[in-house]
Amino acid sequence: MMQRFLSAFGWRHEGAANAALLGLPAIWFACLYLAAIGALLITSFWTVDSLSGDLIPGFSFTNFQQLLADPIYTKIGLRTIGIAAAVTITDIVLAWPVAFAMVRLAGPRLRAALMAMVMVPLWSSYLARVYAWRLILAHDGLLNWGLAEIGLPGLHIGYSNWAMWIVFSYLWLPFMILPVAAAVERIPPSLLEASADLGEHGLATFRRVILPMALPGMVAGAIFTFSLTLGDYVTPMLVGGEGSDFIGNVVYSNVGVTNNIPFAAAYAVLPLGVMGVFLLVARRMGAFDAL
Amino acid sequence: MRSEALIWAAVAAIMGFLFIPIVIIIAYAFSAAPIPSWPITSFALHWFSDTWNDDEIRQALALSVEVAALATISAILLGTLAAMAVARMKSAAKEVVSFIAVLPIALPGILTGMALASYFAFWGLNLSYWTIVAGHATFCIVIVYNNVIARLRRMPRSLTEASADLGADAFLTFRRVQLPMMASAIGAGALLAFALSFDEVIVTTFTAGAQNTLPLWIFGAIRLGQKLPEVNVVVFAIILFTAVPVLLAQKLIGESGRVAR
Repeated sequence: MMQRFLSAFGWRHEGAANAALLGLPAIWFACLYLAAIGALLITSFWTVDSLSGDLIPGFSFTNFQQLLADPIYTKIGLRTIGIAAAVTITDIVLAWPVAFAMVRLAGPRLRAALMAMVMVPLWSSYLARVYAWRLILAHDGLLNWGLAEIGLPGLHIGYSNWAMWIVFSYLWLPFMILPVAAAVERIPPSLLEASADLGEHGLATFRRVILPMALPGMVAGAIFTFSLTLGDYVTPMLVGGEGSDFIGNVVYSNVGVTNNIPFAAAYAVLPLGVMGVFLLVARRMGAFDAL
Repeated sequence: MRSEALIWAAVAAIMGFLFIPIVIIIAYAFSAAPIPSWPITSFALHWFSDTWNDDEIRQALALSVEVAALATISAILLGTLAAMAVARMKSAAKEVVSFIAVLPIALPGILTGMALASYFAFWGLNLSYWTIVAGHATFCIVIVYNNVIARLRRMPRSLTEASADLGADAFLTFRRVQLPMMASAIGAGALLAFALSFDEVIVTTFTAGAQNTLPLWIFGAIRLGQKLPEVNVVVFAIILFTAVPVLLAQKLIGESGRVAR
């Protein structure tokens, strides 16, 4: 009886039915995630008692002044954003051949195989893959061994910004391939035929039809490649060298080692701001429909 | 056709780039050397039994499985509810809610971790088992939500209307029409959520107290350069065991595609 009544009520009052469904997840989300972001912003204005290590609530710009006063924090911020951008561009370039071959060239079986080959690294252990690269790029690792075998001098790219660029590009590549492939798939074949009928050859069709139409897919992939790089500290720690700190490393060491949560929170506001702008632009470009 | 051959050559090179590190790490699991170096000169299997008998690793594994299971269960419940609600919404509210809903995976991990750390500090909460679960649940929910909403988008509304016309109430319609259609998407989302939680390290470092999940144990061991042969074995096992649910999830997502078309 009760069920019947609720059901009829929900049918007539859509808003009420939506609220009933959304209630629990919304409460969870607001009370945990959004409130946590709020807490991050609030604590970034707090300070820490230097003797006892206790949090001192309040409203002071001390943390932000400290961040701006020391050029190292600007440098680390720029390094993080720069490498995140380089990784995103690299992944766009590497994703295209795979996405295009998967959707336009491969038959159904090969296509499924390629899909599986992209999915497995995407989900297989992040630490395992970073660690593999640490071993490959190490001084006596596979890379230098291979170079020596073919008579080339060894490279010293282990523990450097180059290593981070390679490893991040490697880690997040599947996140770019999937949305780009999905975007290419959505382009109606008739458009490509029309382009050919109008006398365009392959490359021109790619540049003037396929590329612009797949833009939302690329932006959707960029959300992941950029954001995942921006928010990492494990890879810099394991394959970056001395002086290759990311924003994340500063945040992590301030929480874990010095226990200065307000300072860490203040520095974390930088990636929050960068990603906020990025996501709003991405939404304008239709990336959220391509997620 | 020359351009096609060029594209295929590039694809082969990129696939090599994707898989060489995975092959390498698998090979190292069988290396006898206590400190990994290349080329591998001698092989041994005893690291497997050593790893299996290591109590620290066993405890970390048990914790990781428990956390991933709890996070996945909450994700199934909350993620499915959220997807059903958003799928019913009108466009304006839908846009806002679907934008906010993906934030936990669209924003950098360091941010989620830091936000949770300051939130728990804000309330004076000590980090524990439950703070790890809560942290993992936030992004696991999004994974289930994404899979279910993708399915619901392809599911014609007329089916639930037909069910109502035939006299079923909302609960019966849910049980007999909506749930069976969503089931494989929920399953795929749950598998992926479990895999993600099981592998997560960045958020976990901010939400774990003294506890070690398996990724935290691996991270610590690599950083300190200790027990590297055991790290090789653990990592090999993880790759092996995550490939299965991921390929299964892929199959579950694919099946629906055929039904919908």
